Amino acid sequence: MNIVVCVKQVPDTATERKLSSKDNTLDRDAADGVINELCEYAVEEALKIKEAHGGEVTVLTMGPSKASDTIRKALAMGADKAVHLVDDALHGSDALSTSYALAQTLKKIGYDLVILGSESTDARTGVLAAMLAERLGTPQLTLARKVDIEGSSVTIERVTDYGYDKVQASLPAVVSVVEKINEPRYPSFKGIMAAKKKPVQTLGVADAEIDTAQVGLGGAWSEVTEFAVAPPRAAGTIVKDEGDGGSKAADFLASKKFI
Amino acid sequence: MAEILVLVEHVDGEVKKVTLELLTLARSLGSPSAVWAGPGYSAEAKARLGEYGAERVYVADSAEIVDHVVAPKAELLAQLVSSATPAAVLVAATAEGKEIAGRLAIKTDSGVITDAVGLGDGFVAEQSIFGGGVNVKSRVSKGTPIVAVRPNSTAPEASAGAAAEEQVAVSLSDAAKATKVVERVKQEKGARPELTEAAIVVSGGRGVGSAENFSIIEKLADSLGAAVGASRAATDAGWYPHQFQVGQTGKTVSPQLYIAAGISGAIQHRAGMQTAKTIIAINKDPEAPIFELADFGVVGDLNQIVPQLTEEVGKRK
Repeated sequence: MNIVVCVKQVPDTATERKLSSKDNTLDRDAADGVINELCEYAVEEALKIKEAHGGEVTVLTMGPSKASDTIRKALAMGADKAVHLVDDALHGSDALSTSYALAQTLKKIGYDLVILGSESTDARTGVLAAMLAERLGTPQLTLARKVDIEGSSVTIERVTDYGYDKVQASLPAVVSVVEKINEPRYPSFKGIMAAKKKPVQTLGVADAEIDTAQVGLGGAWSEVTEFAVAPPRAAGTIVKDEGDGGSKAADFLASKKFI
Repeated sequence: MAEILVLVEHVDGEVKKVTLELLTLARSLGSPSAVWAGPGYSAEAKARLGEYGAERVYVADSAEIVDHVVAPKAELLAQLVSSATPAAVLVAATAEGKEIAGRLAIKTDSGVITDAVGLGDGFVAEQSIFGGGVNVKSRVSKGTPIVAVRPNSTAPEASAGAAAEEQVAVSLSDAAKATKVVERVKQEKGARPELTEAAIVVSGGRGVGSAENFSIIEKLADSLGAAVGASRAATDAGWYPHQFQVGQTGKTVSPQLYIAAGISGAIQHRAGMQTAKTIIAINKDPEAPIFELADFGVVGDLNQIVPQLTEEVGKRK
């Protein structure tokens, strides 16, 4: 089975994240880039599926050249090879543009199963997997907390507000995973060394037959018109519990008319 | 006035609060039309939508719409965008709502904005990003604005609308029927409000100490009619089910009141609750970052403070 796992490099949430005042896009130099946490679960699930059913795991990322660190991380976990979609023309792409560029690339490189994390910690739109399914015309099996494959049939447990839905479709399909579907492995020393030798193919927009009018800041379907660092919340009242802390909290609730 | 489509969120035939919020918001920008997708439509549902200002109610209540994941609702909305040419489409920023919005955007060649916490003239949306650290204004620059609005962004206000009913026939494409829901598993939910919709959320974290001890969090929540949430530390430890996790990799909540007990307030958690209107923190560590967000904080043992608060709430109600 040809499994493609899409990963994204995001600014480390432990550092201060910024938008660039130049063009209102993410300032990728302001913070360290790390693999998006939910993408690690996607890589792990891809590796598990390969271990159970055979095949090959390809990592696909779209991002600037420094995103190659994220590719190495996924390769060190055990993925076989990678495709890095990198082009200045892609800078500033929104979710619609990104899904278009990734869909074009997926059509180019081929896939039986596409796996993604359900959202990224930077943009947090949570729409990419659904958009890819729409663009590729393949079944959408998203928000999976469990994935089962039997022959060409895929069944997932899709997380809902009331529990979960069992949802079934045939390959090829797009799957997104939620946290706790598995426990992502740590790359071993051997894995890290092996990753350095694994093939990474670099594609530009022309290679993937991406129409530049539909990507980048100019091609985006939405725009950030302004932004500002959120004003700090006004300092609150902090009291030490002297045996009446609960009662004082109740006083506060009453003063705000919650009770 | 320009027509604005509002996709109705409903459970067991009952219209959810977030839809009333969206109708209220839509009224300030145009003429709201509710779109009912899936089974469960009734005269009561229609009346409820009219009560909150729906001038029109489009109804597509075949079971087929919910037998497949997401795509049928996006097809229904795309059909209405083409026939009614609305000024905008609003959906609730739930996990599924955002997926519907995403597919609809592609179908209609339109831009989409997710997790708006406000929406003003020209459909300029306000968003709070990077765990609440940055406020952004954004807008759709192509096609029909599609905006996924977070629950609790607007207070619902009743104002009668005509609620003129219009049945919509949808013929789903084969692609939309490619996924099949084979089973729905409802897990015990109890009488508590849904986490993302609740006006009040009480969450417990590492400081709660055990699964059994979450009962003190639940009791406080029940005294306030609140939903229960949990930090990642608590769900990782297996003390509370994962679907109640509030934070960066869990649910994002924006309630009127958020009470954090035994939660230190790491970015992982703050990203899921920082837009709460009022925040109360209870933690034994006076240096815990959660106190930087708190409108009111109590430094001390939550095992003493939380039960006392529950008792006081009971007395004063």
